[in-house]
Amino acid sequence: MNLFDYLRRFFSDPAYHSGYNSIWTRLVEHCEYSLYALLIAAVIALPLAILSGHANRGDGTVSAVAVVGRAMPSLGLLVLLAAELGLSLSVTMIPLVLLGIPPILLYTHAGVRAVDPAAVDAARGLGMTPWQVVRQVEIPAALPLILAGLRAAAVQIVATATLAAVVSFGGFGRYIIDGLYQYDYAQVVGGAVLVAGLSLVTLLVFWLLDRLLVSPGLRTR
Amino acid sequence: MITFENVSKRYPDGTEAVAGLSLEAPDAAITVLVGPSGCGKTTTLRMTNRLVEPSGGRILVDGADIRERPVAQLRRGIGYVIQHAGLFPHRTVAENIATVPRLLGKDRRAARKRSLELMELVGLETVLADRYPHQLSGGQQQRVGVARALAADPAILLMDEPFSAVDPIVRKSLQEQFLQIQAEVGKTILFVTHDIDEAIRIGDRIAVLREGGHLAQFAAPRELLEKPADAFVEQFLGLDRGVRRLTFISSNGLNLRTDALVKRGVEPEAGQLELPWLLLVDEAGAPLGWIEPRRPGAAPIPIGHPFRAKDDSLRAALDAAVLCPTGWAVGVDEAGRAVGVVSQEEIAAAIREAHRASLEAV
Repeated sequence: MNLFDYLRRFFSDPAYHSGYNSIWTRLVEHCEYSLYALLIAAVIALPLAILSGHANRGDGTVSAVAVVGRAMPSLGLLVLLAAELGLSLSVTMIPLVLLGIPPILLYTHAGVRAVDPAAVDAARGLGMTPWQVVRQVEIPAALPLILAGLRAAAVQIVATATLAAVVSFGGFGRYIIDGLYQYDYAQVVGGAVLVAGLSLVTLLVFWLLDRLLVSPGLRTR
Repeated sequence: MITFENVSKRYPDGTEAVAGLSLEAPDAAITVLVGPSGCGKTTTLRMTNRLVEPSGGRILVDGADIRERPVAQLRRGIGYVIQHAGLFPHRTVAENIATVPRLLGKDRRAARKRSLELMELVGLETVLADRYPHQLSGGQQQRVGVARALAADPAILLMDEPFSAVDPIVRKSLQEQFLQIQAEVGKTILFVTHDIDEAIRIGDRIAVLREGGHLAQFAAPRELLEKPADAFVEQFLGLDRGVRRLTFISSNGLNLRTDALVKRGVEPEAGQLELPWLLLVDEAGAPLGWIEPRRPGAAPIPIGHPFRAKDDSLRAALDAAVLCPTGWAVGVDEAGRAVGVVSQEEIAAAIREAHRASLEAV
């Protein structure tokens, strides 16, 4: 059997068309986990990074967090947390949030740092309050990189949200885990392709956000 | 009027940027702060809108201490122009110019109308209003910077090397236009530059600062060139300050001789043949070049450049004379018609005369 046979079998199976194990249900679950994780990561990392970038401080701390974050074993952490704290959705959220924080922190900090110092000086000299400088100059001028950080975080979170299934929760990971246990490779391949597809959709969403939100003045090419 | 009263700035590491500076920048005039790098000129400027806080002394605007007002409010009342313009890259030209009016609560439409007025004032075509900074040339960006600083019609303008980052030709035209704008708006301006030529060209008063933030001399440009206070100022003014001083003496007193002009196609008169050089002019009177009566038929020698007989300074006349191989300068009127010629020797005599007059005046 080749890949396409597996896919044909998976997507034509009525078991996945409706009910609690339908593709639609798993999609909603997967999106829910990912969105929550991204939102929490953003709420934590964005203000910190904007503040550190605005103050021109914490270059070292930010890159240290990024290195540690990149080395973090998500699956190991999840199993450890589940063993220690029991099974709950908030426990599965922790590794996802921790995964999302470093790219958001790193890109946003770098983006705000990279705003033309002359523009910031002019903003202050013309009478903007510190908050107005952040809100009217630094954030809009750093927006391309801020969105790039959120995109990197979102793509990683979407891919890693499959782990929720390891500790009994849903999402597309369910198909992969169940399929492996049941030697049902059609289910494994179907789940994997769905995750990959959702990652691509995430990229598309961020591409659209970039088109909509970033000022044409920042597009020099 | 901006008054500096014994203002100093010492940084935590002990370096002294400005030391006990006392200075008065008069109303509706351009006061230039000039000096080598590290002389504290930019620090002095930045203390005026409290981007840097002085460690001693007071700065007063029209008699009121600048620390009495909330800092953002103070800055919105003071225009600020910097070297690389510092435009906001994500905002259009019109939005950039509208920054301070918008901060002051002006509505979008009124602010845009004001932006367009200012674009005309600084010589920008209003079709550029919806462009973004990266689509403009350096000179255009600098004009937007000036327009942005003037948008809320502040009484005071602070300019930190505003024309230093553009090429010399653009710089000259920006300077000229800036003087025209100033003649129209009459702001109280503090202008920082490291370029003494720029200082002399645009300053009404010039403060020369030396390393460590000491005021070496505060004088009008002509006085500065005539009587530098010390060796430092003299050296800073450069070797050609004698020639540059001539900028302030009119060429009006020169005796232009008219007997050396000869129209194209007309035979020189007998008396003219005695002269070493004759200026060939066309039917309208525009100079074509120098000819030698003794060598008829030789190609005319180019005149280099003429000087405006009524308006230009002795410096322009002298330059015209030394530039031309014949050693003669051509004076022209507003229409570019030659009105007469004058030799290096006669210009030198006029300079000597001007010196004697100024000595007797003392």
